[in-house]
Amino acid sequence: MGLKKISLDGRVVVCQEGETVLDALLRGNIEVPYGCRQGACQSCMVRSLDAAPPLASQNGLKDVLCKQKHFLACLCYPEQDMTLALSRQPEFFTEGTVIGKELLNRETLLITVRCRDELDFYAGQFVNLKRADGLVRSYSIANSRFHANDLTFHIRRLAGGRFSEWVHKELNVGDILAVSDPQGLCYYLPEKKEQNLLLIGTGSGLAPLAGIISEALHQGHAGAVHLFHGSREMDGLYWIDEMRQLATETPNFYYTPCVSRGDAPAGVAKGRANEVAMAALPDLKGWRVFLCGHPDMVNQTKRQAYLNGASLQDIYSDSFHVASASLD
Amino acid sequence: MTDTKLSLYQQIGGEAAVNAAVDIFYRRVLNDYRINRFFDNVDMEAQAAKQKAFLTMAFGGPNNYTGTDMRNAHARLVKMGLDDSHFDAVMENLSGTLQELNVPQGLIAQVAAIAESTRADVLNR
Repeated sequence: MGLKKISLDGRVVVCQEGETVLDALLRGNIEVPYGCRQGACQSCMVRSLDAAPPLASQNGLKDVLCKQKHFLACLCYPEQDMTLALSRQPEFFTEGTVIGKELLNRETLLITVRCRDELDFYAGQFVNLKRADGLVRSYSIANSRFHANDLTFHIRRLAGGRFSEWVHKELNVGDILAVSDPQGLCYYLPEKKEQNLLLIGTGSGLAPLAGIISEALHQGHAGAVHLFHGSREMDGLYWIDEMRQLATETPNFYYTPCVSRGDAPAGVAKGRANEVAMAALPDLKGWRVFLCGHPDMVNQTKRQAYLNGASLQDIYSDSFHVASASLD
Repeated sequence: MTDTKLSLYQQIGGEAAVNAAVDIFYRRVLNDYRINRFFDNVDMEAQAAKQKAFLTMAFGGPNNYTGTDMRNAHARLVKMGLDDSHFDAVMENLSGTLQELNVPQGLIAQVAAIAESTRADVLNR
């Protein structure tokens, strides 16, 4: 009864009693990355495609990784047969039809896409959108799970951005796009509802944060939810009235728009969103933090949030890297 | 337990103690102006995992420490100017972390001795 079959990429090894998945794979000459063999370095993280991994093999992994059945092969004494994947599976695309297109501000479009198949996503995740000729870009889902067939995206027009320029100029309601499986680990799970949430976004980094906020409030999140949305100037912000309205209606939601250049009108903070947030909330011990937008902002703020007391396990981030070569 | 001598790792508190220590230690290091530049542009999760492996070793816990890994990992930093003064600063943060966790002085000395044994490898000498 001790023998368990472990499958990976079509190859199968038999894991002996008292043997870890890592040892079984290596014995079977199946190449997997590994390092310390004691659960510290996390090099040998793999994902189960069927059976739930033993809890002990997920020791130290982020909750979002556990949820998606990632585990450490070196700590795993399998309890049943398992099919594994080293990294992401080949992408699956479904067909989406554009059913809405409106401007949020001068440079950002709100696009709504109705998918043929309902997507199982978590608020804050992203999908890859693919044009008929194969051009692909990643965009965050800007809505909660409560309308799983309709996905909204905030598409900022980038100078020389092949995809975003095309969306702005040529994509019309009724057109078809391919929509990938939801991906990414920066998302909200409705656990620890008393935990305070800090969300900081720059530019269209508001998209996943808006989805997370909507999801958290729908789920009855009880802790305080603080959103800081920043841009250089006022015309880079959007949904100011909507967020203010939400803050008025929701006792535990707080909203601070920020501009780093130019004049800040009444009710708008002057400064970079991350700096304004860190100054306003110097003690983040026990908080859950979401950071989305410019890669420099994300990296810098991750460090500062940690120094302000947040645990690394509680910091979720999504850096928006731009593919456009004409941008610096 | 009376006739079995507990290992250093067990006396300190095992993995739970390592987890508590990583959190405090890494925060101290990033706050230390003498050494924090060496930690710019690192993946924080990966770095925390490495520190966990290091502290597990220094606490006398299970490890497969190799001097070669330590050398390779620090070669880039030695080029950036990593020297004894920086190693001393890390040792100071390590002791400070253990004091903050109320680890008895005798055990802190044992941990410090293990950590000290990596000096030549870390500094690529």
